[in-house]
Amino acid sequence: MAMTTSKRNAISSYQVRKSSKALNVIIWVFLALWAVINLFPLYWMFTFSLKDNDQILRSNRFGLPREWFWSNYQKAMKAGNILNYFKNSIIITLVAIIITIMAAMMASYAMTRIEWRGSSMMNKIFMLGITIPIQASIIPVYLVLSKLELLDSYVALIVPYSAFSLTMAILICTGFMDQLPKDLDEAAYIDGCGRTRVFFSVIVPLMKPAVATTSIYTFLQCWNELMFAQTFNTKKEIMTLPAGIQQLTGSYTVEWGPIGAALTIATFPTIFVYILLSRRIQESFIAGAIKG
Amino acid sequence: MKRKNLDKLTIFMFLLPALLLFVGILVAPLISSAYNSFFNWKGFGNKTYLGWKNYKDLFGEEVKFSKAIWHALELAGLSVFIQLPLSLLLALLLGRGIKGERFFLSVNFMPVLISTVVIGQLWRKIFDPEGLLNALLRVTKILGENERNILWLAEKGTNGKSLLLFACFIPMLWQYVGYHMLLMYAGVKSVDPSLREAAKIDGATDWQVDRYVVIPSMKQIIKVSVIFAVTGSLKAYDLIAVLAEIRTEAAAVPSTVLMNRMSLYGQYGMGSAISVILILLCFFFAIFIGAVFKERE
Repeated sequence: MAMTTSKRNAISSYQVRKSSKALNVIIWVFLALWAVINLFPLYWMFTFSLKDNDQILRSNRFGLPREWFWSNYQKAMKAGNILNYFKNSIIITLVAIIITIMAAMMASYAMTRIEWRGSSMMNKIFMLGITIPIQASIIPVYLVLSKLELLDSYVALIVPYSAFSLTMAILICTGFMDQLPKDLDEAAYIDGCGRTRVFFSVIVPLMKPAVATTSIYTFLQCWNELMFAQTFNTKKEIMTLPAGIQQLTGSYTVEWGPIGAALTIATFPTIFVYILLSRRIQESFIAGAIKG
Repeated sequence: MKRKNLDKLTIFMFLLPALLLFVGILVAPLISSAYNSFFNWKGFGNKTYLGWKNYKDLFGEEVKFSKAIWHALELAGLSVFIQLPLSLLLALLLGRGIKGERFFLSVNFMPVLISTVVIGQLWRKIFDPEGLLNALLRVTKILGENERNILWLAEKGTNGKSLLLFACFIPMLWQYVGYHMLLMYAGVKSVDPSLREAAKIDGATDWQVDRYVVIPSMKQIIKVSVIFAVTGSLKAYDLIAVLAEIRTEAAAVPSTVLMNRMSLYGQYGMGSAISVILILLCFFFAIFIGAVFKERE
């Protein structure tokens, strides 16, 4: 680490000497401008969530709110049912993450730690899942769910979400499990452990980094999904956040403030977690894409 | 021998949960979609065999599916030729180790994490005739006082040309530039620092280093980005469903037509045909782009 930073410093000091000051300023201005383009809509969303229509549309379009209309948040929570959507999203996402990780770790264990002839073939078959879009499943899954009378339930989203997160999870887990030394298993077998014991008490505890990466990936996939959410769960009590917000904005067309409040409520937790874990989250995305 | 049989059972038990999900939600529906695409079917009751009629009807006057595919390809083109170069530029600039590197990286990536529905609703307000964008255009005098507000999201624009598809592209660009930037940034950073140094000692400028050292070593990542951008455009749904409606014609894409046929018309056979075409298109482009990159090696 110390080595790379010193190297990097060496390079940048080189740069300062070589490239012109003016060019560096232009580059910096460009980057700053792009950062503003990224942040301004979010700033605007947050400020208009605390304004009334007169400020939003006429008297105070860009500035901070003059009067703070916290009532917008009350409206979003009460009429909009936002907290309920929130709860649904949390339950569905959490259970989907747990199922995905368990299924992926078990499958990875069978494919990387036990030797058998079809193991790499099996892995390749799972990897085909990456190219299958959710649009391919929507009609058959919808019809099966309706036949089983499972529409408008948590299960209706948990199972498809787990399935569509599975491929990436297996990719991340097999990659990680392959790196664990095989001696660990051997030592445990000599101590008289069976395959199942080895999995639960030797392998699983070592998988923490892979679990973190997989959770982040699965979280974002499930938390933001709209197409399934809109089609499988149409009852208000069971809707997730994205479907709920779609619904809410349909009923609040005149007043902008409560919509801004709902959007802010939906966004705040993700941004909060991102600020805490930005490096980890970025690494998860890089891991997912590069292996894919 | 006994141990072997036991192992077979163990392997099976460990694979079972993943297999159930994989076969039940991905493989079986795929096969059933392919089968149902040849039938007239309302989702219940009798199916009548139609042969290729669903596919033919898709490209007929009523459904205008070829227009939807064309729109998706337009989005893909815009992504590959506008979004990705911008991402690459950002990644290269940040990869040089500029002041505030971490900050810019984190800020640029942030929109990727926000729900597409939230982004769509937010941009609905930005694009509103009285919204932020028109207000900004007025403040900067780009839009004169006597000119009318621009109707960004109208099915039929002021002079007959709808801006809707383009308007949908802007938030897509906005949201995912950071994603591609992050992947490419990882690629830039994985270039051996000593290579960079050597090139600089030989008198190369920053741009030359990027052009002849960094970019050639990023082929793999650029390929992944192009595949994601193109298949992502083919599958585009959320933002368009929020900014337009699934009934939209001006911004119709394969997924909106699919949802439209399924939920408004109950045409499950035709919907299945759309699924099949979408999968084939995704496969085709993934393989095609892979081949193009291989050719250039």
